[in-house]
Amino acid sequence: MQANNLIEVFDKEISQSSVSRRDALTKGLNFGIKSALTAIPFALLFKPNKVFAGGNPTLVLQVLNFALTLEYLESEFYTMGLNSAGLIPSSDVAVISQISKHESSHVGLLKSTITALMGTPVSKPNFDFTAGGMFPTVFSDYQTFLTLANAFEDTGVRAYKGQASNLQSNPTVLTAALDIHSVEARHASIIRRIRGNKGWITGNSTPGVPGAVYGPGSPVASFPGEDNTVQGGVDVTTLSTYPVSAASEAFDEPLDMNTVLSIAKPFIK
Amino acid sequence: MKEQKLNNQLQDALRAPLKRKSFLKYTAISGAAMIIGLDSCTKSNNGYSSSNTTPIDVGAGDTGILNFAYALEQLEAAFYTKVNASFYAGITPAEQSILTDIWYHEIIHRNFFKAALGTSAIATLEFDFSKIDFTSRASVLGTAKALEDTGVSAYNGAGAYITSSDYLTLAGKIVSVEARHASAIRDLLSPKTASFAGDDVVDPVSGLDFSRTPNSTTGGPSIVATANTFLKTKISATKLP
Repeated sequence: MQANNLIEVFDKEISQSSVSRRDALTKGLNFGIKSALTAIPFALLFKPNKVFAGGNPTLVLQVLNFALTLEYLESEFYTMGLNSAGLIPSSDVAVISQISKHESSHVGLLKSTITALMGTPVSKPNFDFTAGGMFPTVFSDYQTFLTLANAFEDTGVRAYKGQASNLQSNPTVLTAALDIHSVEARHASIIRRIRGNKGWITGNSTPGVPGAVYGPGSPVASFPGEDNTVQGGVDVTTLSTYPVSAASEAFDEPLDMNTVLSIAKPFIK
Repeated sequence: MKEQKLNNQLQDALRAPLKRKSFLKYTAISGAAMIIGLDSCTKSNNGYSSSNTTPIDVGAGDTGILNFAYALEQLEAAFYTKVNASFYAGITPAEQSILTDIWYHEIIHRNFFKAALGTSAIATLEFDFSKIDFTSRASVLGTAKALEDTGVSAYNGAGAYITSSDYLTLAGKIVSVEARHASAIRDLLSPKTASFAGDDVVDPVSGLDFSRTPNSTTGGPSIVATANTFLKTKISATKLP
């Protein structure tokens, strides 16, 4: 069964899962979602504003459109890369194609979800992957292409992470966003490793990637740079005898919407 | 209430920088004590022996989810400790570097949860890795792949049940690192293919990774049941979905 939007993903989860709803959970009740939700008339699934009734639908839609903008960017970037003859070595086509497939899927999923939530998906911006001439060889030099892929993927991971708490009013959308978030992290890891780096972020430096990708956001207390080693008030460098670099690598950092958009801005005409 | 106590403890740590110093002192001590405890003690403790059939329940609410994560991180940390104690024959320097990095990360995750949970933390678990051939590359990397993918799906599935936005973000900080691990391990097993984010784990139509709640049996045994195949001290998550 194909899931074309989150309504269908949701429907799929209902039919497959024995998971109880959060309110049932907090009350310690142990009734399954299956029995709880079969009571919901089928037609209601087509009134998603009711099914998806959440604490702040406007915020959820804003986050989804933000995510859609980033997915448009990534999707077009990989499509253009795959269409650039001689750019991607045959040895790496399978990897890049798989990433491209996911980014296209994410665009489709987000668009249909926004529509289902009675919102309007933002239009695809016009992109300039040379960033006004900063990266003139992006689609002719593979290393430049990879550097930008690295930047987009690591930024994507931070962007989704930074929005998770804004989606808590809608558990279905939150779970889907988390499910995208980890896919972006899988992508980031392989792109970094193809570039000869570790799959994880050490401190705040990765060769060639604009520094803002790993730097702090705003406010810095909530969005520290990737070199942060204090988690939940705990200095994680004190928790083992391992190198400080490992303490940095073990945790990725979120980034706020405005800082993410400022990173993406040079690539949007 | 334990959960409330944990909440207060973490919330204070998260929100009151002035208190950080004393909190750090506390966590440094408990972290160090735990490292010593783990390194020097592989026998049964906390009253649970390998023949004890009563599972350790992770508890309810946010504390339960954090303890569930702590159990999984204990499992991963113990597995990679064994891997690093004696590498399989023919390991390449690149593979060794990855497996050592991941070992560090999982130890840090484990110790972080232990410190964060404080007195609400479940016991140190005992493991049974008899099904794993640590001399075999396929066995070690195959197990690593399963553990990392399981970790990713577990964090993804738990997210919507976390009440505290701070804990949700913390879980997010860890899950993406687990996903980076999964990608790297999968690429070691099947280099330069689609496997790093393969159709077996990322839905090819929606582009979504797996998410599973602790007891969900969709697509196979639950995460709790899978974890228990590696545990002498069994766990349960009767108050979680």
